[in-house]
Amino acid sequence: MFKIVEKAALNPSITKMVIDAPFIARKALPGQFIILRVDEHGERIPLTIADYDREKGTVTIIYQKVGKTTLLLDTLQQGEAILDFVGPLGKASELEGYKKAAVIGGGAGCAIAYPQAKALFNMGTHVDVIAGFRNKELIILEDEMKKVSQNLTVMTDDGSNDHKGFVTDALLANIQNGAGYDLVIAIGPIPMMRAVSNMTKEYGIKTIVSMNPIMIDGTGMCGGCRLTVNGEMKYACVDGPDFDGHQVDFDEAMKRLSIFKEQEQNAVRNPDCRLLRSANNG
Amino acid sequence: MANMIMTKTAMPEQQPDVRNKNFEEVALGYTEEMAVFEAQRCLHCKNRPCVNGCPVNVPIPEFIAHVANGEFEQAYNVLTSANSLPAICGRVCPQETQCESKCVRGIKGEPVAIGRLERFVADYHMAHSREKLQLTKSNGHKVAIVGAGPSGLTCAGDLAKAGYAVTVFEAFHTAGGVLMYGIPEFRLPKAIVQKEIDGLRALGVEIQTNMVIGKVLSVDELFEMGYEAVFIGTGAGLPNFMDIPGNGLSGVYSANEFLTRINLMKAYLDDYDTCIIRPKRVAVVGGGNVAMDAARSAKRLGAEDVYIIYRRSEEEMPARNEEIHHAREEGIEFCLLTNPVAILDDGTGKVGKIECVKMELGQPDDSGRRRPVEKKGSNFQMDVDCVVIAIGNSPNPLIRITTKGIEANKRGCLVVDESTMQTTRQGVYAGGDAVTGAATVILAMGAGRQAARSIDAYIQGRNE
Repeated sequence: MFKIVEKAALNPSITKMVIDAPFIARKALPGQFIILRVDEHGERIPLTIADYDREKGTVTIIYQKVGKTTLLLDTLQQGEAILDFVGPLGKASELEGYKKAAVIGGGAGCAIAYPQAKALFNMGTHVDVIAGFRNKELIILEDEMKKVSQNLTVMTDDGSNDHKGFVTDALLANIQNGAGYDLVIAIGPIPMMRAVSNMTKEYGIKTIVSMNPIMIDGTGMCGGCRLTVNGEMKYACVDGPDFDGHQVDFDEAMKRLSIFKEQEQNAVRNPDCRLLRSANNG
Repeated sequence: MANMIMTKTAMPEQQPDVRNKNFEEVALGYTEEMAVFEAQRCLHCKNRPCVNGCPVNVPIPEFIAHVANGEFEQAYNVLTSANSLPAICGRVCPQETQCESKCVRGIKGEPVAIGRLERFVADYHMAHSREKLQLTKSNGHKVAIVGAGPSGLTCAGDLAKAGYAVTVFEAFHTAGGVLMYGIPEFRLPKAIVQKEIDGLRALGVEIQTNMVIGKVLSVDELFEMGYEAVFIGTGAGLPNFMDIPGNGLSGVYSANEFLTRINLMKAYLDDYDTCIIRPKRVAVVGGGNVAMDAARSAKRLGAEDVYIIYRRSEEEMPARNEEIHHAREEGIEFCLLTNPVAILDDGTGKVGKIECVKMELGQPDDSGRRRPVEKKGSNFQMDVDCVVIAIGNSPNPLIRITTKGIEANKRGCLVVDESTMQTTRQGVYAGGDAVTGAATVILAMGAGRQAARSIDAYIQGRNE
């Protein structure tokens, strides 16, 4: 069992949890993830390690309530425990040797972009962070991202923070103003990562994306998370989750993400759903 | 008085058209009367050929003699002197190529049903024994086992019995390896596997789940933590896919993924959260036990048509005869001498068809089996909405790429001294599928047992 030592809502749909997991905290590196299972009947879901504290032995996860398991996870409170929590999984991000980077986060993707920006910033790389949200109520990690970047640009789809537009609009402006990036990191929904990759390809800027396919074990034993990268089959859980954005087959990845769409929707809507039962009891 | 009936005492089974709609165990096991009657078929040969056919050399005639006398607990004690997991081996061992293939009664008629008797004795013990285990006095030495599959569990059990403090590190949330995630409930009930594992815990074996060795701890760190030897039993869990178009389509699964969702995550049950699709027409590619398990599972999920696509003929199929027979009875269709060349999109990113070619058998290849050769122009398509690839697994590379001094062959299998199971690094032993590539439960157990003996000798030798 893995105790929740802190829980905080970052916005109405995104929650941060700090978990007591000393073995994982000792080894975790930016870009790696954990797999958790809330309880005995639960499914295994991957979540990126958003932060870690080696001395306190804690690992931070940030999740968006998008379906049954994340809703179920959100019923747990500080002091309660998650049944299974395994990691650190995946390869650490390769961040060394860059002079100037743009780190781009879309929505909950900022939780994954943040540790990468932090690692780059601490290595002395010049970091511009571009974060995108649907509206200003959904903005998360603004202070944290500001601290680990030279420039932070927060965009909203509806302009409610007075910066209307997509992350790609801000990226294009920076590039055209001569930002001179030698690395772009894009993390968020697939359409956003694809749009960023298409844009940077034109300018020949190396671009890393963090892929988020369906996973079960997270250790390379099932291939559920497979992707096509540069024409070859790769397992995101062991070969990634970071890949060269100019080589990923995003269309295929998008289709594979929707394999269980129907079941996932039913799981939340079903009135017999044990989540709703536990929510009512709790 | 020996029972001279030529055939094995039949074992009750669920009817095919009933069992292909549920996940409960197909074979129901002997009653006490059936077991005693079958045990009386054993002639107690002087040279005991059956024992040589068993990879862990269970004293077969001795345990069967106890069964014939109705002394089931004594039979259990004899059995477990050589085999730590008899309820499992009695169910999943290919006895027809092991102990039973050597049985003298098999020369004229059917061999003694050794596997069924082993299973009976183990089940009887689980149901009736109230005996408390005697813990062996600690010898003060620590051993780490990586992987809680059949080889690791056997090695752990043997070392615990010899007085070692044993810790098993398992990557999944549940111990058991392929016994839990691979072999389905209808062949090997998970409650039985759990009881065998609980038995090992009662012996003092500590099992730490959620520990991916190579990630959270390295083998070197295990030594730093005071473990004097390490056994690697990480299996062969990396699925192979075919080099054909369409692998990325929705509805294409490795058998590992399909079976893990069903067996470990219990996706077929409504009150578990893991998803599984319930396909209508399923093609399972491959001819081993894993292919049979996947096909029979697909049928139980409600598929109308389930096809086994295999590139050789039935004679070359690596699956157990019993599994092939059970699959046929349950309505699985066999497309033999057939090989997929492409998996085709239905237009929305999902599987719509599988395109295959007919094969014919040519000259024997390196494996001694006749090599399948494509019949030019024989392409045809089948409508399917799900394809499960069960063409074998390779060892996971995680341990070998994160551990210095451990050599592997070109197939990724760890290199060991066959008599000691020591790897190319002192103090590190390995066994099971991690060494052999995908093989059988009992061979993995035999390797675990051999490694336990070597580890004991190594640690005692160091401390003399």
